[in-house]
Amino acid sequence: MQQISKDKFKIVGAKASDAEKISKPSLSFWKDVTIRFRKNKLALFGVVLLTLLVFMAIFGPYMTKYNYFENNLMNTNQPPSGEHWFGTDDLGRDMFARTWFGARISLFIGVMAALIDLVIGVLWGGISGYKGGRTDESMMRFADILWGVPYLLLVILLMVVLGQGLGTMILAMTITGWINMARIVRGQVLSLKSQEYVLAARTLGATTQRIMSRHLIPNTLGPILVTMTLTVPSAIFTEAFLSYLGLGLTPPLASWGTMASDALPALRYYPWRLFFPATFICLTIFAFNVIGDGMRDALDPRLRK
Amino acid sequence: MAEKLIEIRNLKQHFNVGRPNLVKAVDGISFDIYRGETLGLVGESGCGKSTTGRSIIRLYDATDGEVLFEGENVHGTKSTKELKKFNRKMQMIFQDPYASLNPRMTVADIIAEGIDIHGLANSKQERMERVYELLETVGLNKEHASRYPHEFSGGQRQRIGIARALAVEPEFIIADEPISALDVSIQAQVVNLMKQLQRDKGLTYLFIAHDLSMVKYISDRIGVMYYGKLVELAPADVLYKNPLHPYTQSLLSAIPLPDPETERTRRRTSYDPDVHEYADGEEVQMREVSKGHFVYCSEKEFQKLQKQYKN
Ligand SMILES: Nc1ncnc2c1ncn2[C@@H]1O[C@H](COP(=O)(O)OP(=O)(O)OP(=O)(O)O)[C@@H](O)[C@H]1O
Ligand SMILES: [Mg+2]
Repeated sequence: MQQISKDKFKIVGAKASDAEKISKPSLSFWKDVTIRFRKNKLALFGVVLLTLLVFMAIFGPYMTKYNYFENNLMNTNQPPSGEHWFGTDDLGRDMFARTWFGARISLFIGVMAALIDLVIGVLWGGISGYKGGRTDESMMRFADILWGVPYLLLVILLMVVLGQGLGTMILAMTITGWINMARIVRGQVLSLKSQEYVLAARTLGATTQRIMSRHLIPNTLGPILVTMTLTVPSAIFTEAFLSYLGLGLTPPLASWGTMASDALPALRYYPWRLFFPATFICLTIFAFNVIGDGMRDALDPRLRK
Repeated sequence: MAEKLIEIRNLKQHFNVGRPNLVKAVDGISFDIYRGETLGLVGESGCGKSTTGRSIIRLYDATDGEVLFEGENVHGTKSTKELKKFNRKMQMIFQDPYASLNPRMTVADIIAEGIDIHGLANSKQERMERVYELLETVGLNKEHASRYPHEFSGGQRQRIGIARALAVEPEFIIADEPISALDVSIQAQVVNLMKQLQRDKGLTYLFIAHDLSMVKYISDRIGVMYYGKLVELAPADVLYKNPLHPYTQSLLSAIPLPDPETERTRRRTSYDPDVHEYADGEEVQMREVSKGHFVYCSEKEFQKLQKQYKN
């Protein structure tokens, strides 16, 4: 074959230094997640709905000249009208003011329960999963035992010992609620701790605390966030359920749960008194659920396109 | 090649001790690693190569035995300060380039992890300069620092892993099958990078692999493992020319050759542990058959091998 001398060739493009170039713009993990979340219309709708509900919880009570606790016995059980937009209850209190005041309490209970679950659950599950062995065994057995105690019995006991109130209510939500979070975090940590990047950190001399905060927790963030968004509606629902059983808040404090429970005896005559709190409970739970679902999908790297 | 950097004495690593599913992953192995050399470790899957590497670097607490680094026992030390000293001297490169980088951290943070842990940089700027320098060392460039691992190819990721290990300026690196997850075209690139780093920085490697042809290319000496035991240890060329242990012979007979003539006549032999016919109570251990060539054998076999060697 004929030899072609080297100087007959000319490089027209493609420098050797370009070989390692990545043309795609640098996208951080969270930007990627946001883009995928935005594509989910239902989840976006959930965000809008939730924003509206929170807005009303903050400003709603100021939109009417009535407040949530003032009785007016001359004006009980009114249907919705121009004067009382959501009607009044059996003591003549304005339902509109009560609904949005109740929204504050319900949302507060939900968010607090989720936050407390988060802290206890992540710590408990994280330590249990990372330490493994005996520590893991005893920590999880403790959680199992607590999980096994009949829930209502536990709540009634708490109410008896501590008295009814917002604090007791939140305690009742979280006393077993964190176990779910702990189990999820433990499972994740258990499978992540033998990953090679964790081993690499260990060979570099990273402390347990560093491995937890820089490697294990950030990689469990997806399931943690999803669990959190699903805890909020379940706490709101549990509060409603406990209030319905008469184990809830003491009047004149209102939550959606207590309002629904108050409305029940006269349901046949004044259905709107149940309609408003029940509708908003449903909407809130719906909003959190679709957001949670959307986050789960957005955070799952297998769905990355 | 005289100075011993690492001495491994009767290292044992058993899992699930005291339970019915006891695994003797590493069962009493001893060898030395000299400063500046590459010691290859080969053997079939599950024979305990990774476990050996991980026990040496103390990812596992050894069941028994000791690992001496420059004469100091790695497994004996307890204080965090002393351990940190070893953490800087010994590093590891991992097998799976997809699992060995934290997907939530930028390349800069991954590489700088050792710098952060050991406080090797005085300012943010110094830290970043070190990172850029390390990226360049492994053939990547500055602009990769702010990216996330999922944007890189397997070979690039493996080089990031190498940069992370180099950040603490180690003397000894354990490479656990660093190329077996890579495309063949990229394997040579990574191996050559490792060789070049060895020349430039005087590194010592323990190179774990099951691809015998690649091990031959990179290693000065090779150890062969079989079920938690080291069965043969010899300089690379000696091992290939004159394998003494039947297991090694069987391993070598399995390598395909790029020559159709010899390939046609190549006969694979399989290893049957019963051929040794060790009697009860017979002492089987590593014995030096000729200089630097160790074989795991009994006294009787040893005599035979030595005679065989003289001819
Ligand atoms: N943490 C552990 N607990 C229990 N058994 C283990 C553990 N780690 C490894 N083993 C067992 O120890 C043995 C040796 O495993 P090891 O990972 O060292 O093999 P290997 O030679 O590296 O194999 P490969 O070539 O597939 O990487 C295997 O039988 C494995 O199942
Ligand atoms: Mg292995």
